[in-house]
Amino acid sequence: MSDVLHDLNVESLRKEFPILSQNVHGRPLVFLDSAASAQKPRTVIDSMRFVMESQYANVHRGLHYMSEKTSDAYEAVRDKVAGFLNAASRDEIVFTRNGTESINLVAYTYGRTALKPGDAVAVSAMEHHANLVPWQMLRDAHGTELRIVEITDSGEIDFESLERVFADGKVKLLAVTHMSNVLGSYTPVERLAAFAHERGARILIDGCQAIVHRKVDVQAMGADFYVFSGHKLYGPTGIGVLYGRAELLEAMPPFLGGGDMIEHVSFEKSRWAKPPHRFEAGTPAIIETIGLGAAIDFVNEIGFPAIAAHERALTEHALSVLGNIEGLRILGQAQDRGGVVSFTMRDVHAHDIATLLDRQGIAVRAGQHCAEPLMGRMGVTSTARASFALYTLPREIDALAEGLLRIQRMFA
Amino acid sequence: MNADPYQALVMERSRKPLFARRPHGTDAEGEGRNRMCGDAVHVFLARAGMHVGHESEGCAILLASADLMAEAVAGKSRDEVFELQRDFLAMVKTGQEKPALGALNALAGLASFPARQRCATLPWDALSEALNNG
Ligand SMILES: Cc1ncc(COP(=O)(O)O)c(C=O)c1O
Repeated sequence: MSDVLHDLNVESLRKEFPILSQNVHGRPLVFLDSAASAQKPRTVIDSMRFVMESQYANVHRGLHYMSEKTSDAYEAVRDKVAGFLNAASRDEIVFTRNGTESINLVAYTYGRTALKPGDAVAVSAMEHHANLVPWQMLRDAHGTELRIVEITDSGEIDFESLERVFADGKVKLLAVTHMSNVLGSYTPVERLAAFAHERGARILIDGCQAIVHRKVDVQAMGADFYVFSGHKLYGPTGIGVLYGRAELLEAMPPFLGGGDMIEHVSFEKSRWAKPPHRFEAGTPAIIETIGLGAAIDFVNEIGFPAIAAHERALTEHALSVLGNIEGLRILGQAQDRGGVVSFTMRDVHAHDIATLLDRQGIAVRAGQHCAEPLMGRMGVTSTARASFALYTLPREIDALAEGLLRIQRMFA
Repeated sequence: MNADPYQALVMERSRKPLFARRPHGTDAEGEGRNRMCGDAVHVFLARAGMHVGHESEGCAILLASADLMAEAVAGKSRDEVFELQRDFLAMVKTGQEKPALGALNALAGLASFPARQRCATLPWDALSEALNNG
């Protein structure tokens, strides 16, 4: 691990995150809930402050200095995101509020036009509710079918189930996570995209978790749609991204109607603007978008090779120290897994674990993690979850393990 | 006010509940579920004598609260139970202990843990349901 820590100087990186020096219940904060939302580096905070203090106005609307400056800064983030995802064009990047909204946008517009009643949408059994409920709503409103692709006991996509789900040729869209927010499993998205495409279906990839940990190349992986939220990527809340292949976005009707998304309006009729603006009705999250740009710069500067190596080392460390605790069960054993570890502990409920860890200054999440069906599939009602970020230290995982042992003694 | 919701009494009753059973003469039942975490409590009520038992699945707070509730309401009238419930809900929110609550005061520490108050109040919801079903 030492050479990895040498690559990524975590101690000095932590100084970039003001919140990490806070105390909780009189103890230094050990923040192991980054998969729910990550903490923010100073550069993100400063970038947002800078816009508000020095160059703020509405975008795309004013023929004046401030509006032009703000529009430029806002649109520059579109280029940045396009580069970050290796999209073929900046016009393939739509700004939304979060990953949830991105998926709803696709379900509502693509779902109701490109998909016909009787077509099927397939999702995996380990989706976040954000990638399940919109497809249930589409089913109920539009008459599409919703099918579930099973996962194996180790928490990986079950390709035999996938074959069965696609067998009758009705599936026209596969909507699948790139990384499970509960099991930490990555899915083989290149293989899944090829599988869907060979059968005449499109693929939407929920990258809310994976985007934080891995270099994403939407062209290389064959994504038709890719979504993520800014707030998990060290950026602010209120800004999300939808990547859609140009030809798909061009054929889609708008999601919301209003200003900025039209080319021409009369009282009778409006002509839609071209993508991406067609999908960005109303004043966007200007300040947050600029904050997202700063977050991407921050991550790029550190670089995914170092981030991924650090998180791999942390995950291995966590699996080993938590694996040594008697009565502790880690959910999922995917070959390819990242910095999210869900577990249960014999005789101690997940909520008690979270509350008692919190009293020691350690933040983990407990509950169903917006993936209630997956809980049933894994035979648990709730779990505790520790998740890691680029600022996580191995000794924080040791603190978690010690905390868990203390709780076990209390419940013994 | 006591800041620790995991008092010895709470730990003890969560591990070794005294009322985890269906009382003789049960004539009403109620159920409470927390969708967020999957916790569930089923309350059995024998209205004659207000004998309460429970079948609970969940965290230590829920288990202890159900058990302490069953103990606290035994032999009380319907109105007294509702009054106790009101006092209990107020105590959990504010952390202000009240002599009338007796052993239930062990849960006063929950005032500092708003996210966990629901665990303690769920058994009371189930008991209200049982009382109203009757
Ligand atoms: C895999 C996955 N998908 C979607 C979401 C939804 O993200 P948001 O709440 O930012 O829309 C999350 C966040 O918890 C997630 O982990």
